[in-house]
Amino acid sequence: MSTLLTGSVIATGLSAQELGWPEKEELKFGFIKLTDMAPLAVAYEKGYFEEEGLYVTLEAQANWKVLLDRVIDGQLDGAHMLAGQPLGATIGYGTKADIITAFSMDLNGNAITVSNDIWKEMKKHVSHENGKPVHPISAVSLKPVVDDFRSKGKPFKMGMVFPVSTHNYELRYWLAAGGIHPGYYAPHKGDTSGQIDAEALLSVTPPPQMPSTMEAGTIHGYCVGEPWNQQAVFKGIGVPVVTDYEIWKNNPEKVFGVSKGWAEENPNTHIRVVKAMIRAAMWLDENNNANRPEAVKILSKSQYVGADYEVIANSMTGTFEYEKGDKRDVPDFNVFFRYNATYPFYSDAIWYLTQMRRWGQISEPKADSWYKDIAKQVYRPDIYAQAAKALIAEGKAKAVDFPEFATETGFKPAQTHFIDNIVYDGSTPNAYLEKFAIGLKNDSKI
Amino acid sequence: MIFNQVRQINWPSLNQFLTATALPIVGIVIFLGLWSLMAKNIDTSLGKFPGPASVWQQTIVLVDEHNAQMDKADKFYERQEQRNAARLAKDPSYASKIRGFTGAPTFFEQIWTSLYTVMVGFIVASLLAIPIGILCGLSKNAYTAINPLIQLFKPVSPLAWLPLVTMVVSAVYVSSDPMFSKSFITSAVTVALCCLWPTLINTAVGVSSIDKDLINVSKVLRLNGLSHVTKIVLPSSIPAIFTGLRLSLGIGWMVLIAAEMLAQNPGLGKFVWDEFQNGSSESLARIMVAVLTIGVIGFALDRIMLALQRTFSWDKSAVLR
Repeated sequence: MSTLLTGSVIATGLSAQELGWPEKEELKFGFIKLTDMAPLAVAYEKGYFEEEGLYVTLEAQANWKVLLDRVIDGQLDGAHMLAGQPLGATIGYGTKADIITAFSMDLNGNAITVSNDIWKEMKKHVSHENGKPVHPISAVSLKPVVDDFRSKGKPFKMGMVFPVSTHNYELRYWLAAGGIHPGYYAPHKGDTSGQIDAEALLSVTPPPQMPSTMEAGTIHGYCVGEPWNQQAVFKGIGVPVVTDYEIWKNNPEKVFGVSKGWAEENPNTHIRVVKAMIRAAMWLDENNNANRPEAVKILSKSQYVGADYEVIANSMTGTFEYEKGDKRDVPDFNVFFRYNATYPFYSDAIWYLTQMRRWGQISEPKADSWYKDIAKQVYRPDIYAQAAKALIAEGKAKAVDFPEFATETGFKPAQTHFIDNIVYDGSTPNAYLEKFAIGLKNDSKI
Repeated sequence: MIFNQVRQINWPSLNQFLTATALPIVGIVIFLGLWSLMAKNIDTSLGKFPGPASVWQQTIVLVDEHNAQMDKADKFYERQEQRNAARLAKDPSYASKIRGFTGAPTFFEQIWTSLYTVMVGFIVASLLAIPIGILCGLSKNAYTAINPLIQLFKPVSPLAWLPLVTMVVSAVYVSSDPMFSKSFITSAVTVALCCLWPTLINTAVGVSSIDKDLINVSKVLRLNGLSHVTKIVLPSSIPAIFTGLRLSLGIGWMVLIAAEMLAQNPGLGKFVWDEFQNGSSESLARIMVAVLTIGVIGFALDRIMLALQRTFSWDKSAVLR
């Protein structure tokens, strides 16, 4: 079935120049107030949506759950989503619904922040050079702090944004790589707290409330996207210890999700939306991030991210401030287009599925072929390719900016840049899971 | 001597002037003073708590943003006309139309949305509450049957209703080209559910305490049911009904802000929530502008209801406040 689908799609893809008029012209897209919603804001403000004949309204949503529900029930035509959301919805973890994505919105962009008190303790175990901590900082230095909490019978709590969020998996990955167990889920027993066997207790906190929740002492640290880590530095309430770029270099982050039904009813509209967003992503990365200051100005408007210009600029313009005053160059902290950031790779989808299995959100063992089937159901490079080819035909993009569509398998070569040096190969998910000391694998079950 | 004269002549009017105008001003000035004094001493993680000056400054910013957005809207329509013309040239079968501006709603448009939503919810609630209230007032049996339900649902918070209303509206209100957005319906229904009760109770009380003489008149004249309600019941219970309506509208306005926050209806509630999420150094001042706006509008709505109550009430001697 899936090969049949791709076959017919490639046939239409060849006549990309004749892309039809949009079926639906008035669209409403949802987003969460995070800097990685930038491609949407830019596509709107730069008129890319309008040039495709689309009249788009962008609307901030209260939280990820509301956003997903509104895409499912049709109040929103599409939305800025966590990469795990279309996958989680498709396999029925949380809400069951068919959501697909043809556009990956960015790479990296998150960080893990701990409160000042925790950092003071942690710092003792971090090696220093010229008076400054050596990055990347591993959770090994956090381990004694967590052990101390546990010996005193106090819970060590951290925040993340959603059960199927990138942030949840990144935080778990970092903790587990440092020997701290982040806990298992057991949905078949009705346990969706994710705290079975946990040494660090993780819970959901909406991104904008992270700094205030940590300040109130409810959580000791969190993993979240920008600007909420830099916000902690600005307010002097916490220290970002590691960016997700250091946990997994150039990890895929948000996607643009639509419901499968919507995509089937509005194929031309969908391609045009992707076209506009590819152009926005290109603009964001153009000339070595030259447009970033202008992008920050757009994002700091109250209807988009709305945080102060300085806070957003801190990470969007290629730097990242760890401890106050310790500002370092991280040119790839936010990547929107280069390294094929916008292409929906199957291997990216499979990585998220492996982490869902690792932490018990997928309670039963699954065959390698199952991982690939789900990835192909949800990630739709075929639609992306049509949009890219149309842009190339119109002279708005160059073929070299994209993967070679004819030969691209959707699987990145084995990736080596993880903080624990474990190699990820998307074609063998079960073998990958076996490499972890902490986590479910093979037929292990909670 | 002159001083004495002034005292003799002006005392009564000065006294009136003091109580009517000067005292409220004194109250407001003291409030502003205390507010700015306290604001200086409250440090939040978003900076100092906004004082009157920064709130005023943000009011001006909101007006400027509104004007800028209106300019953008004009350009949007211009571009749209050009685009429609270009498409018609290529595709003559195209039924071109002008779509509404897609930009974010400004503060003033959000105020309008809130007013519109609360009015719809309030009118729906009143249309339900007044007839049921009349029924309860006329028939002791009906009242005994319905009273437990009224007492049960009256104290329920809008936040408890909202998830239920949201899911029901999503399930029931399905249309390919909806006239109203779901968030609007959800908010209006929640408002209606919460502001139903004061009108219902007051109507029932008003109807049941009609003067016995009037009821006897109706009996003597052998008025039929409908005439009895329209000629005797309604006119004599108007003051009580209006008391209920005034209370209902006040509750509706309060409930609306909470409903909009959660239902994402683009009114003042969403404005407050979005600003809270923004967490910029100006957010608190902007929220404070919304708080004051909500207060002023609530006050204005109440005064309008009071004026209506005075107009419709036959008992001009009653003290209304």
